[in-house]
This record gives sequence, structure tokens and C-alpha cells, in this order.
Amino acid sequence: MTAKKQTNAFISFFERAGRSTIHGIEEIGNGSVMVLESLYWTFFGFTVKQPVRMNAIIQQMMEIGISAIPIIAMLGGAISVTLAIQGIYTLRIFGAESHVTAGLAFVVVREFAPMITGILVAGRSGSALAARIGTMKINQEIDALKVMGISPVRYLVAPPLIAMMVMVPCLSIMSAVFGLFMAGLYINHDLGISLSAYTDQIIDILKVEDILQGLGKSAIYAIEIAVIGVVNGASVSGGAEGVGKATTRSVVQAISAIIVTAMVIVILSTV
Amino acid sequence: MSDVAASEPTKVIEVEDLVAHYGDREILKGVTMDVRDGEIMVIMGGSGSGKSTLLRFLMALEMKTSGRMKILGQDIDTLTSREFTDLRKKLGVAFQGGALFSSLTVGENIMLPLYEHTDLDAMTMEIMARMKLEVVELGGFENLMPAELSGGMIKRAAFARAVVMDPRILFCDEPSAGLDPAVASALDDLILNLRDAMGMSIVVVTHELESAFKIADRITILDRGHILMIGTVEEVRKSSNERIYNLLNRIPDNENLDPDEYLARLTGEDATTWSEPL
Repeated sequence: MTAKKQTNAFISFFERAGRSTIHGIEEIGNGSVMVLESLYWTFFGFTVKQPVRMNAIIQQMMEIGISAIPIIAMLGGAISVTLAIQGIYTLRIFGAESHVTAGLAFVVVREFAPMITGILVAGRSGSALAARIGTMKINQEIDALKVMGISPVRYLVAPPLIAMMVMVPCLSIMSAVFGLFMAGLYINHDLGISLSAYTDQIIDILKVEDILQGLGKSAIYAIEIAVIGVVNGASVSGGAEGVGKATTRSVVQAISAIIVTAMVIVILSTV
Repeated sequence: MSDVAASEPTKVIEVEDLVAHYGDREILKGVTMDVRDGEIMVIMGGSGSGKSTLLRFLMALEMKTSGRMKILGQDIDTLTSREFTDLRKKLGVAFQGGALFSSLTVGENIMLPLYEHTDLDAMTMEIMARMKLEVVELGGFENLMPAELSGGMIKRAAFARAVVMDPRILFCDEPSAGLDPAVASALDDLILNLRDAMGMSIVVVTHELESAFKIADRITILDRGHILMIGTVEEVRKSSNERIYNLLNRIPDNENLDPDEYLARLTGEDATTWSEPL
């Protein structure tokens, strides 16, 4: 009897694992199709008189980008100052604290600015996208779009996707600049290095490839946030509670995706 | 022969042996019906009979398993994406909950199909939206948000949006649901007025007997995915079928209670809403 129960639990475990895997693959497939479809509508929508509307993109840019500037600047500054403090503390052991700028410049521009920006946009805008699409789905607004002959992907997915692909790299640059400036103020205070000397050091150390790496990562994070938000919103069922669950799931998945992607890229590009 | 053909009413929707599944569950089991030009066809049935599902298929919102369907003479299986979009411009839908876009004003909601599908200037679109709002007796409400409207007003605004492109076919899902009798009766009058004034064919799904008998030219009665009967109001009233009698006399039919379906509804786990692409 016990052996039979164990066998059943064993089968049940693999059944659940298999189902989750299929679900995951299905969601990745749906997300990929939505990205391709969004690109189609963006570049070829005008050929069938259904362009992606510029005012919708600008509105999304305002929501995703402009209104996020204060919080991203504040967190970018806080993280960079923390890194500067920890860097000076660690390097002081070896008497090399004056080299803190090099590590700081690389880690902020290549990793932390894109990552913090991505995480914040996932929390603010990815979740809002999932909630919006989920609510529209349960209110039959997406069906209404379809029956009106308006592609939901063109109307709902393409504008935030494009807006995120533009705004996340811009916010990431702003976060890096503001963060390095704040860290420079701390370094000036702690080590007595002037801001102009600090700026010269950063300009000497950073190469174009470092900046491009940061921007490239930001663009990838933007796609991940948009796709995860849309896929979770589109899979909503069960009313308001379902919307809440999808919103939470989209934030968790987007942040996880950003961190794992950062690790994979840094392994591929650095090791 | 040609005289017979000439006397036959034009059909705007033709469905032949439509079979549809949600997952493994067969929802529609060989439905054959048609909707004639200029008529109001009411689809009735008990809970779980498949009437709302049938409406979704008639609106081409779902993929059927088998069968043939023609809308305005066009076989939907043979249409290209562009032809399909053009066809949809000739359809209007008033959903049960209105499905107005909550981020747009009432006027913007009504103008949306015009904005997306026509080259009209903003002024003309505004005038057309105001005219449609007048038709549904909501003149002056164009600047309000949907959240500021009552349930009956939302349904009226949804009708205005559904007819703004002057569609050939209007679909209405449970127009009277959740409304008090006076408002429900006014919506029935609106449906009749729209048909008479604009000459469109209207397909209405409802479980309100009074409403159905008031507006219907013909009634389709669905039961467990099958069509029990298609006929005029008088024919339906005189039917000797026991299940139709139960439906018309509001006698509960416990045999209709499918445990799986009941559980799926209770938990909100509808097979169509699981990880569905947009």
C-alpha cells in the first residue's frame, strides 16, 4: 500500500513537472510570437493601413520613462554610493583605495545601472502592463478589439514594447551618470580626489564597448519585461484575484529573468 | 427554380455542422443554423447550453474543430488575414459587460473604430460619435469616463460603439443581464430601433424570455451543444418538446449540471483562458 502511494507520488511529481515545463515552453512561444508580431506591425503595419500609433508610443514612454526618472536616479545614486563605500573599505586592506574608480565605473555602467533600471521598470511598468492586459481580458475588451478588426498586439503590445526598448536604455544611462556622480561626491569627500580628476579617470577607463554592453543589456531587459508582462496578462483567468496573481507573477518572473540574463551575459562576455 | 431562389431570404450567416471543443470537452456538437438579412435572431438556452460559446464562434473569435461557416457570403476558412479584417469591420458587438475601454472617454471609445479604420478628420469623427450617442439616448455623455456611467448607460454606450461603423451584423451578448426591468425593456426597444433604422441583422444571446419574445423574429434554442429548435416566437411557444417546455416555464433541469464544467466555472479555470496568446 505504502509502495503504491510512493509510486503514485512519484508519477504525480513527474506529471506536474512535465505540465509546468510544457506551460513554460508554451509561454516562451507565445512571448516570441508577440515580439515578432509587434515588430511586424511596427515596420509593416502602415502597408495595411494599421500603423502602430506614435502618440500611443509617446504616452507609454512618458509612463515608463519620464515618471520613473526620480526613483531611478535616487536608487542609482544610492547603489553607487554603497558600492563606493564597500569598494574603498575592501581596497583599503591592500592600500589601493585610490583605484576604486576603475571597479566602480565598470560595475555601474556594465551591470548595476541596467539591472537596477530593469528591476524598477519591471516593478513599475511590467506589473502595470500585466494588470492592464489582464483586466482588459476579463472585461472582454480584448475580444472587443478583435471584433473591431484591431489587432490587440498592435494596439496593446507594440507601443509598450517599443517604449520600453527606447526608455530602459535611456534610463539606464541616466542612472549610470547620476550614480557615478553621487559616488564621485563620496569619493571626493572620503579620499579627497577632485571631481574633475575622478571624471578624467572614468573617461580613461571606460571604453565604448562597456557602454554598449550596458545599453545592449538594457534593451534585452526591456524586451523581457514587456513580454513577461503581456504573457502573464494574457493568461489571466478568475477575475480580480487572477489579475493580482498575474501581476505578482510577472514581477517575480521579470526580475528573475533580468538577473539570470545578466549572469549569462557576463559569463559569455567576460569569462 | 430561379423564382424559388429569388424568394429565399438572403442569409448573412450560414453555419453548417459546427463542432467546437474547449480542451477535450465538446461544447458545440454539430450546430447548423443561419441568420437572415435584416432579422433579429435570438439564441436561447439554459446555463451551459453553449449559447455564449456559439456567439463567440459566430463572431469568429474562436477556432472551430470542424464544420463550415459563412459570414456575409464569405467562407471564413478561405479568407486571408486582410479579408478577415475587412469582414470584421462589417460586424459590431455589444458585449455583456459593455467592454468599454476604461482609459478612454465614452466619446473616444465610440470613435476608436473610426480612428483605426477610416481617414476621417477628428471633427467628423466627433460628430459621428455624438450622432450615435444620440441614437442610444446618451447625447452629452461623450466626455465622461466609463466608470462614471450606470450599468444601463454602459450597455447603451457599447451599442453606440458597436454601430458606429454601420455594421451589417450586430451581435449582442445578454443585453438585459443585470438590469432592472424598465432599463432592460428600453434596451429591447433600442435593439428594435437599430434594426428598423439601420436595417442590420442582429444576433442576440439572452436567457430573458420576455426580452426574447419581444424582439425576436426567430429563436434558436440550444441544449447541451445541440440545437433543439429554430423557429418563430409562436412556433417556439407551441413546441411540445419537453426540454423547451422546461426552459420556457423556468423548470430547473438538473441533468444539465456537468460537474466538470461547474468546477471549472467555480475555480475560474476556463480552458480558453489558460496561457492564451492575444
